[in-house]
Amino acid sequence: MIFASTTSPYLEKQASTLVAMAADLPVEIFTADHLSSIRAGTAALKSAMDAVKAGSSKNILAAAVDSRRGEPGSDSEQLFGDGSAAVMVGCTGVAASIEGIYSLSEEFMDAWRKQDDVFLQKGYAAFVQAYGYARIVKNCVEGILKKYEMKTSDISQFVVPAPDSRSYTRLVKSLSLSPGSFMEDPLLTTVGDTGAASPLMLLIAALEKAKPGERILLCSYGAGNSDAFLFQVTPEIERLRDRRGVAACQASKKPLTNYEKFLKFQSTLPNEPLVPYSSWALLWKEKKQNLQLYGTRCKKCGTFAYPRRRVCQKCTAKDQYEDAKLPRRGKIYTFAKDHLFPNPDPPTVMAVVDMDGGGRFYGQLTDCVPGQVKIGMPVELTFRRFHQGDGFYNYFWKLRPLD
Amino acid sequence: MKKGGNDEHQGSSGYHRRRTTKFGENFEMTYQDMALEAVYEAYKDAELETKDMDAAWLGTLSPGLTGLEGDAGASLAEPLNFYPRPVTRVSAYCCSGMEAIRNAAFGVASGEYKIVLAVGVEKMREVPPRGSLVARHVHETHPLLSKGRTAPGIFAPIATRYFHQYGYTKGTLAKVAVKNHFNGSLNPKAHFRSPINEETVLKAPMVVDPLGLFDCCPTTDGGAAAILTTPEIAKDLEKDYILIKGMGLAVTYGYFSMAFREDNDFLGFKSTREAASMAYRQASIEDPRKEIDVAEVHDCFTITELVNYEDLGFCGRGEGGKLVSEGVTALNGELPVNTSGGLKSCGHPVGAKGVRMVADVVNQMRGRSGKRQVKKADIGLTHTLGGPGSIACVFVLGRP
Repeated sequence: MIFASTTSPYLEKQASTLVAMAADLPVEIFTADHLSSIRAGTAALKSAMDAVKAGSSKNILAAAVDSRRGEPGSDSEQLFGDGSAAVMVGCTGVAASIEGIYSLSEEFMDAWRKQDDVFLQKGYAAFVQAYGYARIVKNCVEGILKKYEMKTSDISQFVVPAPDSRSYTRLVKSLSLSPGSFMEDPLLTTVGDTGAASPLMLLIAALEKAKPGERILLCSYGAGNSDAFLFQVTPEIERLRDRRGVAACQASKKPLTNYEKFLKFQSTLPNEPLVPYSSWALLWKEKKQNLQLYGTRCKKCGTFAYPRRRVCQKCTAKDQYEDAKLPRRGKIYTFAKDHLFPNPDPPTVMAVVDMDGGGRFYGQLTDCVPGQVKIGMPVELTFRRFHQGDGFYNYFWKLRPLD
Repeated sequence: MKKGGNDEHQGSSGYHRRRTTKFGENFEMTYQDMALEAVYEAYKDAELETKDMDAAWLGTLSPGLTGLEGDAGASLAEPLNFYPRPVTRVSAYCCSGMEAIRNAAFGVASGEYKIVLAVGVEKMREVPPRGSLVARHVHETHPLLSKGRTAPGIFAPIATRYFHQYGYTKGTLAKVAVKNHFNGSLNPKAHFRSPINEETVLKAPMVVDPLGLFDCCPTTDGGAAAILTTPEIAKDLEKDYILIKGMGLAVTYGYFSMAFREDNDFLGFKSTREAASMAYRQASIEDPRKEIDVAEVHDCFTITELVNYEDLGFCGRGEGGKLVSEGVTALNGELPVNTSGGLKSCGHPVGAKGVRMVADVVNQMRGRSGKRQVKKADIGLTHTLGGPGSIACVFVLGRP
């Protein structure tokens, strides 16, 4: 499992272990983080590809995420978007095969954040526009085409993240790409620049529309670095049509109409601090329950319990249980909208949910319009940051409406 | 008196003199002051003193939250100079006060003690709401499970489901608030003494939707005390006493697991139904609606009182809203409920209010309730519900 981000929750402490645990991956795996460049998403992809190719791993999950803060009133604030994307890299049954790779690496100061900087610093704009993103990505795209003796017309779709629309337009023009072979808007006006997540997110957006046999060229950028990948779409792509991809996530958006709430979500404005009691010594013992969502099923009478129980709540058999997963989807049995619990976007909707296939969960409903919550509404569990009890980030599952 | 085990110990726990402090924002009194005031009022009423006591039970959730003492019975022993007699601290969420009385009754019934004290005290108003013990869900308890739950947040989902199931509205809940505030307006010891109307309830800000401000009880300071003995001793001492005819305590769910249990229908409390059935069996109550004359039930939120009616067998499932709407539980109704004003208006000092409820019902039975006096009070009931409804305690009280 490889994690990629420029805004990992910790300066020291891997994030990939948490992602692997929440994804219920076994502990006998290799995990690593790729950090501090917005091309970390493709760095993760390349590492995964190399490991699979070398035979040291069979399947690797590469997940990229960013939530970058722009200074209030700055261009960055308007351009940045929060997002995440994940791909599985393996050697059999692939939906798109990697046909070629090419990278460029050059020391270049166009955007940076020092250890103590809260917001992104930017280099001299005119110089950066002339010699930064547009030049280096152009070189990288031309480099991979030359390496594999291809022309731009051999590529069905160019997938290129961009820091802003102007730089993107300039790049597309300089490469003389024909209309239809590139995205009109690489999600900048809808999602924003999602940093490390953007190359994988755009790749997934392209794969959602791709047909077998088509070639996709992905080229990432981050402060002088650029990675290019040549993909060929396979018939296996049809298997992935039911996945919730970029289009479905965009369709489920809920507008945040209040700028103050946005600043509070970003922690740019202070929130009522929520630092409740917590203890890793407790949570470590409970990680199977809290992170991996395993309840218990009584071997004697079959009764399922979440949270986990050693003595069956029905037949009182002691220590005769097996692990059983709490289903991820269910329907609201009852709920309430709490105006007391600290929340930058009150009310906190608390819902009691009967899970499809058995079990009940009670917790916070997120990404919802409180006025639209109803008994019977379908919801699903989603893994979220909870609070900073005991000084570390506590993660747990929340509920969100299923559209 | 006879000991339990054959369901016969009821009807035999003689019991008299219970007094309470004023409930409210008692900034001028410490925790220990309230314990002392309540106990000395009971002493005065019973014409007894500390030297007559053999033991004491203190029902309280958090004696160590403010003041000098810790989370033990010493919080009662210190202000009374009760040393070296045994004092047991009892904690059962909001059932703590009634649980103190229940254990004190068993102390007497065992034959070990002749006359004992049962006291409930809680100091809640010394700290702002976030520091209060009702905010414990936000800052204390399990860091993940149910995080986001608050005290009203436990009961609001019951209102949501109750409305969905039976078609009631917030207007029905408002009738409970109006009734209890009216009763409280007649009670000189109540926290809130202003009558309100339905419009006030319905226009109040939301606390945990669908519960608004007037659907919620306040946090309150208060103390209450009771003196217990056997009917024989009470008779010998020529005291005017009331009998405990039945006592039930049931623990049915965990603090967190209650919301995760698929057998919890969010339309009432299994704990109340179990505790009531124990108490009714002991007191030989077959038709609570007809046999009980006056009751104090746990109205922490308006919805709670409605489901209590149903769980206590005052009406069928789903008929709680109808009962209050028809005025059955009003002061002049067929079965007056919360003639003190209830937790809603009299106030909710966690450990104290169970003892206070018993005191109020006993006062009704002794014809000492002034403007709130009901016509007939031969059989009385008290009920408290603890935590998220995971514990309930029910007493049936009667005349000798």
